[in-house]
Amino acid sequence: MSLSNQRPAGGFFARDRGWQPEALTPQYKTSVARSPSRALLSMPQTLSEITGPVFGHNMIGALDNDLILNFAKSGESAIGPRIIVYGRVLDESGRGVPNVLVEFWQANAGGRYRHAKEGYIAPLDPNFGGCGRCITGEDGSYEFRTVQPGPYPWPNRGNDWRPAHIHFSLFGQGFAQRLITQMYFEGDPMIWKCPIVDTVPHSDGIESLIALLDMDSTIPMDARAYKFDMVLRGKRSTLFENKLEGN
Amino acid sequence: MQSLNRLKESPSQTAGPYVHIGCVPNFCGIEGVYPEDLGTAMVNEKTKGERIRVSGTVYDGTGTPLKDAMIEIWQADADGLYPSPEEHRGTADPNFTGWGRKAGDYGTGEWIFETVKPGAVPFPDGRMMAPHITFWVVARGINIGLQTRMYFPDEADANAKDPILTRIEHQNRVPTLIAQKTGDGAYKFDIILQGENETVFFDV
Repeated sequence: MSLSNQRPAGGFFARDRGWQPEALTPQYKTSVARSPSRALLSMPQTLSEITGPVFGHNMIGALDNDLILNFAKSGESAIGPRIIVYGRVLDESGRGVPNVLVEFWQANAGGRYRHAKEGYIAPLDPNFGGCGRCITGEDGSYEFRTVQPGPYPWPNRGNDWRPAHIHFSLFGQGFAQRLITQMYFEGDPMIWKCPIVDTVPHSDGIESLIALLDMDSTIPMDARAYKFDMVLRGKRSTLFENKLEGN
Repeated sequence: MQSLNRLKESPSQTAGPYVHIGCVPNFCGIEGVYPEDLGTAMVNEKTKGERIRVSGTVYDGTGTPLKDAMIEIWQADADGLYPSPEEHRGTADPNFTGWGRKAGDYGTGEWIFETVKPGAVPFPDGRMMAPHITFWVVARGINIGLQTRMYFPDEADANAKDPILTRIEHQNRVPTLIAQKTGDGAYKFDIILQGENETVFFDV
């Protein structure tokens, strides 16, 4: 059998574009000139989309998932409400996805990012960098420690503020699962005023980005816990899918 | 009635202007947390194949370069094999990562990848696809990552038979997916988000 006759296994469920944000969302002004105006071209998934890079657990440093300490001077730590963020990366079939590289980044407790292009008046915390990463376990679980980020104003409409949030970047098993999203915090009234949150068309979709306070996972006298699960595109796998007709 | 018990994919949210902090912290001055930014080096001195340099800039609908975009690429090795557990046709070059990540220059928006020219990879029906590199673009103002492909200008015959390029209804848009050759092993692939020469983006 020649190489070209071996079909790739699986592939992913079609992305529900009605559930995902549109490219053009005028309430988020920057999208206006950065949104493609022509329809996306649908194409079958090939090996180029079904495969994706693999990251080994051995590349993760001991403090990579501890934003309280990973930029702090020895003996010091970041300022702010101490929290644990934990959860699972699942696929649309509900299976945990192992070996997912999860990267996260955020503002400090005052709502200030450590970035050259950031101009908010709130001060930098000398002990807070704002980045972390980990790789999911066999059941798709992940966990990290950080300080709760603050809300901050941004130039969009006259008086827009971002709700407190943490950015997440995820690699699944195939490049077609690649996803960047944001996590919000239960009970934050700013969520429902945010034009970036509002790019998500369904309120159920917005709710799925809001982490719940989990007092049972809190570390007493130390850090509260928020649980946040994320879902990547499901993987197709039927016995018939990969059979070649006539072979 | 039973239930399929499906979950919905997490909604995408923009990578925002500070994507560098999480994905390329050393690039934006956050040093000492990670030894190096992921995706910086795709090749080493032992990597097989023709070395190429792919550069480009992402432009918005007004022709202004994006200075806060992040680009990721994913490609096969010189023999057309992917370094992935889902690759069942053989073993890819262990000295090639297949995956690169670059932020646009703060001043100009340009990004540059040092890689090798990929080999051809089959389409599901067995026809060969022309050599190509998959691109994924995120930035402030992009609500969900945009996926496209770069093809090579020196592969005219393969491009003319490529199962993806040939299915594009508006054939006058195909050139938006073909890089320009700017020198020996040097290619330029600009990505236009919107407007007259808008790059073809895919719903994969």
